[in-house]
Amino acid sequence: MSIHRLIRPRFFPHIWCPGCGHGIILNGLLHAVDEMGLEQNKLCMVSGIGCSSRISGYVDFHSMHTLHGRALAFATGLKLARPEVQVFVPMGDGDATAIGGNHFIHACRRNIDLVAIVMNNRIYGMTGGQFSPESGQGTMATTAPYGNIDPTFDVVKLAMGAGATFVARTTAFHVKEIVSIIKKATMHKGFSVVEILSQCPTYFGRKNKYGGPVEMLKWYRDNTAPIGSPKLKDNPGLIERGIFVDREMPEYCEEYDKLIARVRSRS
Amino acid sequence: MGESMFVQGNEACARGALYANLRFFAGYPITPSTEIAESLAELLPTVGGKFVQMEDEISSMCAICGASLAGLKVMTATSGPGFSLKQEAIGYAVMAEIPCVIVDAQRGGPSTGLPTEVSQGDVMQARWGAHGDHSIIALTASSVQDVFEITVEAFNMAETLRTPVVLLLDAEICHMRERLTIPDPGELHVVERLYTEVKPGVAYHPYLPREDGRLPISNFGDGHRFNVTGLHHDIWGFPTQNPDSIEYLNRHLYDKIENRTNSLARWKEYYLDDADIVLISYGSAARSALQHVFDRRLRGERLGLLELQTIWPFPADLVRKKTAHARRVIVAEMNMGQLCSQVKTAVEHPERVFLANRIDGRLITPENIARCIRLIDGRGF
Repeated sequence: MSIHRLIRPRFFPHIWCPGCGHGIILNGLLHAVDEMGLEQNKLCMVSGIGCSSRISGYVDFHSMHTLHGRALAFATGLKLARPEVQVFVPMGDGDATAIGGNHFIHACRRNIDLVAIVMNNRIYGMTGGQFSPESGQGTMATTAPYGNIDPTFDVVKLAMGAGATFVARTTAFHVKEIVSIIKKATMHKGFSVVEILSQCPTYFGRKNKYGGPVEMLKWYRDNTAPIGSPKLKDNPGLIERGIFVDREMPEYCEEYDKLIARVRSRS
Repeated sequence: MGESMFVQGNEACARGALYANLRFFAGYPITPSTEIAESLAELLPTVGGKFVQMEDEISSMCAICGASLAGLKVMTATSGPGFSLKQEAIGYAVMAEIPCVIVDAQRGGPSTGLPTEVSQGDVMQARWGAHGDHSIIALTASSVQDVFEITVEAFNMAETLRTPVVLLLDAEICHMRERLTIPDPGELHVVERLYTEVKPGVAYHPYLPREDGRLPISNFGDGHRFNVTGLHHDIWGFPTQNPDSIEYLNRHLYDKIENRTNSLARWKEYYLDDADIVLISYGSAARSALQHVFDRRLRGERLGLLELQTIWPFPADLVRKKTAHARRVIVAEMNMGQLCSQVKTAVEHPERVFLANRIDGRLITPENIARCIRLIDGRGF
């Protein structure tokens, strides 16, 4: 299939555990990119550190595997230096909202044309199962052996509050939704945040007795509902999926080009 | 000769960077480096370049790495606390071999210390601030004109060796105003980035150095797609745990700079031919050291000054040679002897090396140095 042109076979097999949701997200991303027919030499991926961040090695894009939490800062420099490239910034939940929280909110505020993908599996997997800002109160983790008392960030609300101009959420169960949302996020001019709820059967699932990957995926099927759906109306406690924000605002690189043109026309 | 102006060291740094074709600067306000950011916020757009004020020191360093990989010459500027915050990404630039220049306008430390007062306390942090074995280049300057020229050198070294270069300035030099004459285009050599000659579609090894150790690059967005990582990697840029690949990369990162110690050495010397007391200094302290040499020469005493502009890699051969006939070697610096300790390891008679320092946030004066030498000579304070 044509998505094979978008991967680096030399990098495989990937490091993700059997049953991990991250491979589904990679698959969705590749199909989205393939269907949009983007020029491969203009595709860049900048990731941070963690299980999720290894994704940048597997794609045959210009790829930068950077520092924990800092992917958006590297991507901001890259995009400003070369606005014509398309930059995807996949991050883990700890990566994006804990150590990278400051970069995350400021990238939202700046409205720079990047596609941030938060691969939220509610746990630090690479280091062996510590709680993250997405784990939730009452969950178990190696650093919450008596139950987690930390409240969570809602990634969607955080992004909306910080000014992101495209904000969406889906899950690893909803593969076709991943493809369509990533396509819309990519076509959007401005900062896009796509939260994808992913499953970590190895740590989060096992610690919290969520069962294996199949049970975890079914949980996402049963406990989420599209925005405005009858299912959600009947069960308002479900997690909302879909596009929460999609609005036009001046994009940072375009504004910068205007600034340069204004300054140069004076001299 | 070009235009002359009366400017701060910080503005000379900004103008030197533009002379070297800087096109991207990311920074965060911090005293005493802020005027570099202010100057570049004004000047960069006039040449089509970009200045961005980031959310913090860390992201500034990361952003210049990203922009450098897209093909621009890049710089950031900071001071002590910010220099500490940038170390993680400086280490990344070392590992991923990303050309960039980091200005550290030294102020008193540790911690927040003395935001508006001078120090030279970051000599060792410039060398060892990032974790793990590596080498790094750090340069200094003692006048506004020298700041301009050494800034151009910093870019040349960064581009030649694909490495971060630290411009270790200090609060006095950064804020002092002197005449600056901008050299004409072409008057100073400017090194441009070395690009691969491998054609698109043909296998390109982004981390396979040429025989001379240089690493031809390809820009993000151009014809070669490759992986960049802070992990140990092979010649493809792929992460590896192969012991041979790890050792090869560690040696390459270290040797590409340390093996060039002599050619990277930049210095100035005054009256060294017959000097029996050799002062070694750098940055603003070197101005006081030179004044003291002038004062003593007027009395017929044989003092000389070796002003080091390259601090790292430490030019040990140069220091040994220039001090071979000295009865005393006096290192004048504004810290507890960070460079002095290096001088002691370089010379044949470390017992002849003494520190003349000042660490109270004030510029060391010629009188301070004179008194130290009197004491060392057993003639009282």
